[in-house]
Amino acid sequence: MSKSITCTRCPMGCALTVEEAGGILAVTGNGCPQGEEYGRSEYICPVRTLTTTVLVTGGAEPLLPVRTDRPIPKAMLFDCMELVRSMSVAAPVSAGQVLLENIAGTGANLIACADR
Amino acid sequence: MYQADVVIVGAGVVGCAIARELSRYDLQVLVVDKRDDVGGDASKSNSSIAITGFDCPPGSLEARLCHETRARFDHVTKELDVPFRVCGALMPAITPEQMERLPAIYDEAMANGVTDVVYLTPEEILAKEPEINPAVLGGLYIPREAVIDPFLYVVALAENAAANGVKFLLRCEVTGMTVENGAITAVETTQGTIRTKYVINAAGLYGDEIARMAGEEIDYTVKPRKGQFFILDRSTPCKTEAVIYPIPTPTSRGKLLLQTVHGNMLLGPTAEDGEDKTDHSTTAEELAGIERDCRQLVPNIRVSDTITQYSGLRPNRTPAGFHIAFGEKTAGYFEVGGVRSTGVSCSLGIARYVADQFRAAGVELREKEDFSPIRRGIPRFAGADNEKREQLLAEDPLYGRIICRCETVTEAEIVQAIHRDPPATTVDAVKRRLRAGMGRCQGGFCGPKVMEILSRELGIPMEQVEKNLPGSYLTTGPVRGGKEDA
Amino acid sequence: MHTVFCDVAVIGAGPAGLAAAIAAKQEGAANVLLIERDTAPGGILQQCIHPGFGLQLFREELTGPEYAGRFVKEAREAGVELLSDTMVLSIGEDHILTCANPEKGLVEIHPGAIVLAMGCRERTRANIRIPGERPAGVYTAGTAQRLINRQNAMVGRRVVILGSGDIGMIMARRMTLEGAKVEAVVELLPYLAGLTRNRVQCLDDFDIPLLLSHTVTAIEGKRRVEAVRIAQVDQQRRPIPETERTIPCDTLLLSVGLIPENELTRAAGIEMDSITNGPSVDQRMETSRPGIFACGNVVHVNDLVDNVTAESRTAGACAARYALGTLPRGQALGVAHGSGVRYVCPQRLDAAAGGKAALYFRVAAPGGKTVLTARCGETILARRTVPRVSPGEMCRLDIDTAHLTAPVTVEAQEVEA
Repeated sequence: MSKSITCTRCPMGCALTVEEAGGILAVTGNGCPQGEEYGRSEYICPVRTLTTTVLVTGGAEPLLPVRTDRPIPKAMLFDCMELVRSMSVAAPVSAGQVLLENIAGTGANLIACADR
Repeated sequence: MYQADVVIVGAGVVGCAIARELSRYDLQVLVVDKRDDVGGDASKSNSSIAITGFDCPPGSLEARLCHETRARFDHVTKELDVPFRVCGALMPAITPEQMERLPAIYDEAMANGVTDVVYLTPEEILAKEPEINPAVLGGLYIPREAVIDPFLYVVALAENAAANGVKFLLRCEVTGMTVENGAITAVETTQGTIRTKYVINAAGLYGDEIARMAGEEIDYTVKPRKGQFFILDRSTPCKTEAVIYPIPTPTSRGKLLLQTVHGNMLLGPTAEDGEDKTDHSTTAEELAGIERDCRQLVPNIRVSDTITQYSGLRPNRTPAGFHIAFGEKTAGYFEVGGVRSTGVSCSLGIARYVADQFRAAGVELREKEDFSPIRRGIPRFAGADNEKREQLLAEDPLYGRIICRCETVTEAEIVQAIHRDPPATTVDAVKRRLRAGMGRCQGGFCGPKVMEILSRELGIPMEQVEKNLPGSYLTTGPVRGGKEDA
Repeated sequence: MHTVFCDVAVIGAGPAGLAAAIAAKQEGAANVLLIERDTAPGGILQQCIHPGFGLQLFREELTGPEYAGRFVKEAREAGVELLSDTMVLSIGEDHILTCANPEKGLVEIHPGAIVLAMGCRERTRANIRIPGERPAGVYTAGTAQRLINRQNAMVGRRVVILGSGDIGMIMARRMTLEGAKVEAVVELLPYLAGLTRNRVQCLDDFDIPLLLSHTVTAIEGKRRVEAVRIAQVDQQRRPIPETERTIPCDTLLLSVGLIPENELTRAAGIEMDSITNGPSVDQRMETSRPGIFACGNVVHVNDLVDNVTAESRTAGACAARYALGTLPRGQALGVAHGSGVRYVCPQRLDAAAGGKAALYFRVAAPGGKTVLTARCGETILARRTVPRVSPGEMCRLDIDTAHLTAPVTVEAQEVEA
């Protein structure tokens, strides 16, 4: 098994190749050690920070920008979106405030990105 | 069910000018239009010139009405508070063949009574307009050619008519007419029946369809002639003061350049005969043709400074020529047809001519005592001095919130436009009245804000705010908290 | 008329204006006034809810609102005064600003120095002359972003995006997450306009096709967009007719470039750079009008907000020194863009300023291993070799301006494809 991955750790965008043989991962094409680590994690379980909005009531604006406080498995993005869509928070809210703990069992919390 | 003495079909410049003219008299006048706003099609998407008629077919009704209209424009645009600028026009000849065409055009101008047209030498032309092709061999100068804001002109006519009692029904499409004993008794529309004695067909491109509904024999065709245009940013370096006309060829009047009343250069139009009355598409080839032809006249024109391109459809009637008369078959039916390119330029003359025809047919036109010819536009923040601005702000604090930064349009002006009669109920209707979104960012910044103001003032959700015609929805619903989520 | 006196007036409370205002305060300006036309500070960052901000500055990845929030808080704590819901109408003689505000009416501001930080606007459909009908449903990516992220209004369900700029790619992801189908991202150039990481995280992650060397040849639909026609382009970027095809959709988003917003600047008679479309500035971010400084996207369009913050701090600090009368002024030396370089900012250097100056520039075309050089005649002021360059990613060289006597040239030479 092998997979081509573009490294996004920095703007260089190295073209990585990750090869798996006998449970061992080999990363090539990386320009730095960070690239190797990125290649491994992307191969095993790619993760992303989810950023979106939730409805806010009683504030000056209708929406509150939110994000997960750590990256979550890419495959969970749409499951988390389902939860976010049905949420609503009441002002006042301040940036950094946890709105939903352990979203969809990912271990990440959904936090507010702004005051409302 | 509505009741009227006269129903005018079509709220373009012709329909609105007739509405205003008839509002002088003791008549119940109703204007219907299927669009979201007054201004029709050709009336809002044209070259914005109020012509003297120097090149109209001599002796024609068009030439006469054009002459009459131009004579009244200086006064009427003041009554109606409409931007109007007498800028003059130059018709430069670049080639010897074009030079040979000048005497015929000059003679035509004289025959049309536009006796102030003069020949100019190349030096005189370049002194007037330094940006003209230096290869110019000579040309004509038409001093009283003028530019107008054609759209605001229609709005002003409509608002003045409304203030004098005319009712406007927009988004109201005529679906049929009731003729009893050879006379019109009612107009059927998507908003119900209108009982009426008279119908004036000012439907332009759709004039043939309305005529058919009235039971008239159709011995002509009306097809769209498309004209594409470029508008350049006000800051473009190469501009002209006068209208620059090409020398017409036997087959085409060609493409002109001018500076609009708002300071933008306008280039065009094309003249493309088609079949589809709804095809407003622009095309890369024709736009390139405008650029190429205009460069012949003004080589340094910078089309890369374009802020918009659009097209309008002129109603091209065959056989050509004005046809303004009562119907042949159906009593009470009146037709204004054949107004192809000179609707704005002939509007006032047409309106009076229609009234004269009504009078001649024995219709009693009793002047109202309370008719007022005066209409004031929305007080504008842009261009006002600080004293005037202070005054506006004191009257309405929303003058302090600039919504369109390119054209400096305030929230106060937008709110007023939405609540005038006839009202601006779409983003384009606001744009045409106030120029919000007509600047260099083309509504990138102000569009969403205008949508929100429309939603608030009209009491409708955002997804019901439209760009222009019904069905031109701008957004599809709330991202959060909409019905799907409930 | 309401009259206000201050040391430094900053026009625009986006990332550039916020950083400039804070820096002016830190430099010792007693009264710093930050003027913002929106009702809240933060500028465009308020709608940039995606991550990727602050990696250089804070060594952590923040969203736009969080990045802005930090500066808003810092500005408040530093004592910067915010005048929101206020539009500057003109810059008059003696730096006098005339503004409009719904509550205060006309406001006249008398500052010692001005910082221009009005940001930029998006190129439109008309700028790139897309032919066809003009239905509803054609949006610039930033306008769609505002509607979706701030105004709670979804712009469409089936989308084509023209332009592979960062905002376009970010909106592709954003709309996909909200249930829309993004049919394709179409790019005229043979290479990506935005950052590679955005291609990976916004397009590849969601299997959104990226069509390089393609363009939109027509928009269809009388009232709402019904389809767009696209075609491959040849090397002269002309559509190849036989490759044309129709993609049904209800929305076309445009991410085809940004233009600095300089109406005020032009009206104030400030000298402009015809390539950047912004004012030409020196290393202190001072424009051709003494005492008027500029920073951020109003000067040149940046790809990273971190760079904006850095140059804005310079602008704010120098504006404060100007207002306090401590800004030295020496001979002005030009900075030229040499071979392989499209533009350099600053466009000139003030010899009296001394110290280090950061030269930000963009290369003319994408390339492999490239040597970046700043020289003064035959003297090399700075030289750096980078493994890869792209016009979409800003380059930087730092030079010492201490003993400069002649103009500086910046060059980029590819040494290995």
